Amino acid sequence: MENVYSIWPLAAVLISLLGAIPILLSDRTPNIREGWTIVIAVGKVWLIAAMLPTVLAGGSFEFTIAQVLPGVPIQLRVDAMGMFFALIASFLWLFTSIYSIGYMRALEEHDQTRYFASFAVAISATIGVAFAANLLTLYLFYEILSLSTYPLVAHERNAEAKASGRKYLTYILGTSIGLVLPAMVILYSLTGTLDFKSGGIIGTGCNAQVITLLVVLFVFGFAKAGIMPFHAWLPAAMVAPTPVSSFLHGVAVVKAGAFSILRVIFHIFGPEQLQYFNLGTFITTVASITIIVASLVALTQDNLKRRLAYSTIGQLSYMVLGAGMLSAAGMTGGLLHIGMHAFGKITLFFCAGAIYVASKKKYISEMDGLGRRMPITFGAFFLGSMSIIGLPPLGGFISKWNLVIGSVQGNQIPLLIVLLVSSLLNAAYFLPIVYRAFFAVPQGEAATEEAVKIQEAPLLCLIPICVTAIGSVALFFYPDIFLRLVQLALFP
Amino acid sequence: MIKQNLHMFVMAAPLLCAFAVNLLGRLSRAWVAPLVLGALGFSTYGAIFVLQEVLTNGSFRYVVGNWTAPYGIELVLDPLSAMMLLLVSTVAFLASISALKSVSQELPGREHFFFTLFLILIAGLNGLVMTADAFNLYVLLEITSITTYGLIGMGSGRAPLSSFNYIIMGSIGACFYLLGVGYLYILTGSLNMADISTILGGLQGGNVATATAFAFLMVGLWVKMAFFPLHGWLPNAYSHAPSGAGVMIAPLMTKVTVYLMIRVMFSIFSPEFEFVRHAGVQNLIVWVSAIAIICASLLAFSQRDLKRMLTYIIVAEVGYMVGGVWLANTTGLSGAILHIVNDALMTLCLFLAASAIAYRTGGLSFEHLRGLYRKMPVTMAAFTIGAFAMIGVPPTCGFFSKWYLILGGAEAGHWEFVAALVLSSLVNAILFFRIIEIAFYPTEESHGHGHHEQEKVKVQEAPLMLLNPLVITAVLLIVVGLSSGTIVNDVIRVVLPDLF
Repeated sequence: MENVYSIWPLAAVLISLLGAIPILLSDRTPNIREGWTIVIAVGKVWLIAAMLPTVLAGGSFEFTIAQVLPGVPIQLRVDAMGMFFALIASFLWLFTSIYSIGYMRALEEHDQTRYFASFAVAISATIGVAFAANLLTLYLFYEILSLSTYPLVAHERNAEAKASGRKYLTYILGTSIGLVLPAMVILYSLTGTLDFKSGGIIGTGCNAQVITLLVVLFVFGFAKAGIMPFHAWLPAAMVAPTPVSSFLHGVAVVKAGAFSILRVIFHIFGPEQLQYFNLGTFITTVASITIIVASLVALTQDNLKRRLAYSTIGQLSYMVLGAGMLSAAGMTGGLLHIGMHAFGKITLFFCAGAIYVASKKKYISEMDGLGRRMPITFGAFFLGSMSIIGLPPLGGFISKWNLVIGSVQGNQIPLLIVLLVSSLLNAAYFLPIVYRAFFAVPQGEAATEEAVKIQEAPLLCLIPICVTAIGSVALFFYPDIFLRLVQLALFP
Repeated sequence: MIKQNLHMFVMAAPLLCAFAVNLLGRLSRAWVAPLVLGALGFSTYGAIFVLQEVLTNGSFRYVVGNWTAPYGIELVLDPLSAMMLLLVSTVAFLASISALKSVSQELPGREHFFFTLFLILIAGLNGLVMTADAFNLYVLLEITSITTYGLIGMGSGRAPLSSFNYIIMGSIGACFYLLGVGYLYILTGSLNMADISTILGGLQGGNVATATAFAFLMVGLWVKMAFFPLHGWLPNAYSHAPSGAGVMIAPLMTKVTVYLMIRVMFSIFSPEFEFVRHAGVQNLIVWVSAIAIICASLLAFSQRDLKRMLTYIIVAEVGYMVGGVWLANTTGLSGAILHIVNDALMTLCLFLAASAIAYRTGGLSFEHLRGLYRKMPVTMAAFTIGAFAMIGVPPTCGFFSKWYLILGGAEAGHWEFVAALVLSSLVNAILFFRIIEIAFYPTEESHGHGHHEQEKVKVQEAPLMLLNPLVITAVLLIVVGLSSGTIVNDVIRVVLPDLF
């Protein structure tokens, strides 16, 4: 349909980037500073939602920022796939901001201005990744995302945070500069363009070895997607404050990685070409290994956030797995899981943060009986984990169901087994937490009087938890917008 | 008439003001700043018009003093030299604002001496980018070198020794260059570049002599631009120089020398001579460039002082440019020329930041950089942008020239060069993030999660005269980055047919 040339995509990206300035300037007035964050967040959701009707009808918005290289401008385009990611990210950012305010104030954290300003830049970069019209623009915003999230990962002033910050940058910058950049250059020298086009820009006439090399470089290069062996940054990044972990490492950063891989699969290489070169198998193998190993490691983690981190690594590979299946339902499930997982995982991370704020507990073994004191939090945790496991009536069921159908469609029985086994593992590492929280009797220290004083988390934390948990349920009953966007993205 | 002679005014203004600064500066210190800023502001302003003139009306050749070529000195104003003229003037102007302040702290009472040399240096650089005469090039090269020796020698500590070392190496380089010009004179009887080129094309014999002349010219220039392994003089010379000198010399000297190499290679000799007839040499030089990049990047690792680290990075950047030129394709050459502009700006940004930091903290070893993001947020923000440009993060300019260089390397099949560039980006990332990390964390002690008192660290930014050029340059890095397309299309691609 029509391609509207308009500045709206740029406005949606820039609103929080420019908004970082008033945030930095209101250092001395915390309430005004927080007010700015909320205003920008609402504005962003509104700008993106305003573009939704046109995109749902099949149209798109385009804006060229600068002609920098021959054939490759820095350009934004809002199409169905980008709109899907941007909607999720901006909506969840609004609630993360509310949650952040509650969390940071309850803990009287330091450096809050730097925190909120970095967050604003990071969400700007995330929307930039979503709306990128070509690989260069995507790379540009991907890098800005890496750099702007460093101050957030390294927020705590201890040695652990320093080491995690280093690990974070080493893995993420190392792979993007070392793997993605050469891959982009090679791709450009082959095709003269880096635009995302439905059906891909590679013809079948290209050298199979070069295409294989490029696929390898891109799949491993976008390390934000946590494909093993470049996944270790994610558990390390859990030292960051929990809103950072929940939003960035549950929604924005990690989804930007998975989104980038899926973009490259769908709109640079194209499913037909990948089928022709037999590269779907490589992608699904790599993803399957990551899923199984990550789920197994998650079982061994006692630190709640680390368990969630390994769960995220596994779930991200579901998205890549679905894309690699190259079957209609598989690709639908993979792309849809970006949205379903986002809502579920962010609920889980929000709960982890709420537990920490209310009781200072980080380890699952200490959380026996806590559910009776914090019923709302653990109730939401239960809903979130059901969504991740993929059970109805939660949204995660729809994406997992599509993945299962996809593996059957493509006659890929090993993948079906991977999906079923990993779902069992997901249940194994989530459900005991909920069970013990509600039904176990606290032992030893936990049973002292101190423990009796633990109450539910502050309100500003509870509201976002409830919204995202209910959202996960709502997505089961009303997945239409997401499904339509995914279908438009894959089958225009 | 003005239009035809404007570039002469651009060159003459700093020269004349140099004498004025020396004389009037003795009377009163207050004369120095307005004269320096006035001269360089005028130069920059004029250079903009020169560039505009050349882009609209095409290139032209200018004879100095109406002595006709090939006997007289000829200047060539094509888009490349006009762009270089603008680059030199702008960098000089921004650097001088900062230099005025740091010199008043580091060399009180001797500002007029400093700026006399400073302005003559700039005049020399302006002339260098325009000259089309081989011997005139030598003269101007020596003018710039000698003023640089003087400026560096004015520093404290080991500066005079480093300068002396530089004198030795630099003079050897200049002599090699002169020897090369001598050979060419013997062969052709002319000193005018275009003339030599025509005569060389028609020569029947004398191939060995021509090759020798070329070799001497190249090695001479390589010594001057600190192309590994002829770089030994640079780290000491640039790190011991006074801050005010460093901000001017570091961004410009090596880059202008790279430009001179391009001029010599394409205006005196021809691509056919260098790349086709002596293809083995071409491959060798690209390999040496790759090694230069890697070795210099690795040497930068062991440095514990910010400025010394930056000097080794400069050596690596020279490797980028030399390699790019010798890739023998238009993409590589475009990348190299774009990198001249970008690297000048990036180095300027980083050296200005170093100058501001040194002004406030008194030193540049890593110990002095702790917690700097709180104490000097604007300086460090600009430093961060400069660092990203060096690493090659879009949309800063550093990314785009790297793109062309990598693309050129891939097109030419020189994968060692591509690998060296990627590796160098990664190493730069580590180098700069080491510093960013030190500046990010206030002290070594771990505070754990319990200590949340905001120690109100006093923000003690650098004075405005150091900060303004820094901020302008940091913004320029992004603006130039986004205008890469314009620069390549309107300036570089226009010049390429002439060069090739």
